[in-house]
Amino acid sequence: MSETEIARPASRRGGSRRGEMVVHAVLILGAALMIVPFIWQVLTSFKTPNEVASLPPTLLPTAPTVHAYATFFQTVPFLRQFMVSVSSLVMRVAGQLFVASLAGYAFARLRFPGRDLVFTLYLLMLMVPSQLFLLGQFEIMKELGLLSKLPALAIPGMFSAFGTFLLRQAFRGLPAEFEEAARLDGANTWQVFWHVMLPMARPMIAALAVLTSLYSWNDLLWPLIVTPTGANRPLTVGLAAMQGQYGTDYPTLMAGALVCLAPLVLVFLLLRRQFFAGIASSGLKG
Amino acid sequence: MSTATRVPVRRRVRRTGTPTPTRRTRRRTDWWAVLMIAPATLGLAVLYLWPFLETFLKSFKGNALFGPSKFVGVQNYSNLISNDAFWHALRNSMLYTALVLLGVPLAVVLAALIEQVTRGRTIYQVLFFLPVVTLPVAIGMVWRLILNGDFGLLNWVLSRLGIPGEYWVADARLTIWAFAAVGIWMGLGINLIMVLFISGVSAISPELYEAWALDGGGRARQFRSITVPLLSPTIFFVVILTVISALQMFDLVFIMLGSVNNTAIDGSKTIVYLFYEAAFVQFKQGYAAAIAVVLLMVIMAATAIQFRLQRKWVVDV
Repeated sequence: MSETEIARPASRRGGSRRGEMVVHAVLILGAALMIVPFIWQVLTSFKTPNEVASLPPTLLPTAPTVHAYATFFQTVPFLRQFMVSVSSLVMRVAGQLFVASLAGYAFARLRFPGRDLVFTLYLLMLMVPSQLFLLGQFEIMKELGLLSKLPALAIPGMFSAFGTFLLRQAFRGLPAEFEEAARLDGANTWQVFWHVMLPMARPMIAALAVLTSLYSWNDLLWPLIVTPTGANRPLTVGLAAMQGQYGTDYPTLMAGALVCLAPLVLVFLLLRRQFFAGIASSGLKG
Repeated sequence: MSTATRVPVRRRVRRTGTPTPTRRTRRRTDWWAVLMIAPATLGLAVLYLWPFLETFLKSFKGNALFGPSKFVGVQNYSNLISNDAFWHALRNSMLYTALVLLGVPLAVVLAALIEQVTRGRTIYQVLFFLPVVTLPVAIGMVWRLILNGDFGLLNWVLSRLGIPGEYWVADARLTIWAFAAVGIWMGLGINLIMVLFISGVSAISPELYEAWALDGGGRARQFRSITVPLLSPTIFFVVILTVISALQMFDLVFIMLGSVNNTAIDGSKTIVYLFYEAAFVQFKQGYAAAIAVVLLMVIMAATAIQFRLQRKWVVDV
């Protein structure tokens, strides 16, 4: 940021201090609207159910209690669901990065019969909403006996036309010189890919990793339908189920929601750049 | 080597845009490539292409729970269009989409404002992005509380301003509006980052603004006359993505109403909620498949219409 900030003031046609204060005021108001729900969530989680339903609402908890957190951890197998969320995320991301970078590189740099036709099919697949795949994917998981098992959560997401497309663009944007030099040194295609091109594509791969993690962590519909018995439910489905059970016990719900949303928010604060790059690349044009 | 004659050199250069391919890559089929695309292609064929075709076929079949279903022609579709619930869900999804689109200009204005400030840009980006990395389930839960008609925060704030509150998530006439408000709140960060980062506001040449300032142009008109036209390709893209994802909205309905047995669910279903219910609650797979196919057609039509309209407002940069 600092680099752009130094370069910027000259470009900003000498904006007045007053003008900037007004802009800040508007932005702060907007930002406040973004975080009020989170603050409300935190405050509510320390109240009692009775206090939540009282009128007029109290802003700060009158008698702060961690009872809601205790209820949440006692009744919800948080650790197990957390591990399910994490392991399905790792499987999905690792699988997708591997599969998509292989294919992305081949589509970007190699020649083979039918390449353009196959790639067009990939592009067509990008446009189809996921609901068109759900029935068939569910059936396959059922046939394989994977319902309510961990791999079922991750497998479909390991194959992604979008991920392949994104990495193809990344590989296409890389200079050819290194590749040529490696080939002249006698490297075969695999070696060129693994030792030369893959490391160079790292920023985009990181962006895809972050984006895929986001989808995996937040996904609700697919885990909801492939875990009919309740075993191996990830956090999203667990939280939704908890809501059915504790419909009006808002402090417990808020405590649970906070505990479940915290991990990814922390990761986001650490890997902000990659998150932004991932989101920006999701709108990348071909 | 034999393929060398089959593939004209010029074609390769044009298709891939790779600068000066080596003689080697140009000349022969690389069998490594086939190995490399195999995992992705097989996976997509089995887990995406086949289910897609299967769903399409299923939409013309009956809803037998066990054993093979018989072909029933277009009966699922005729059931669908003669069902009020379907039209209601379609209306809900379209209303939701139209309302959520209001979030796009909001994101553009915010992006332009963030570009104006010298300090705290990163903090604003992070704050606006926070809902994007938050579980939609958690978002649905907290908004269900805030929008509660009896003791929700919103109604309390409104009452302080002298505005009567409403049962935002218990009155089926209002639920879609409530979902849309939450949807805009949730999606603002994504749209903002896309406008800022893909050929975004910061890419607009400062000289352009300076020239504009020298000519005595004001800020508001600068925004309208320079920023928006130059961003229009990006805005167009954000609009396309917003429409596609809004037409597939499911999470909020499920979290805020479905999973808590709120009676307002009946008037608040979206197309994808209807699909979910048909497929995985009522186990009417043929019917569900027909819903999914209709959804695909709606999305394709919406996208096609936008590409048509685009000629009117998107500036070729």
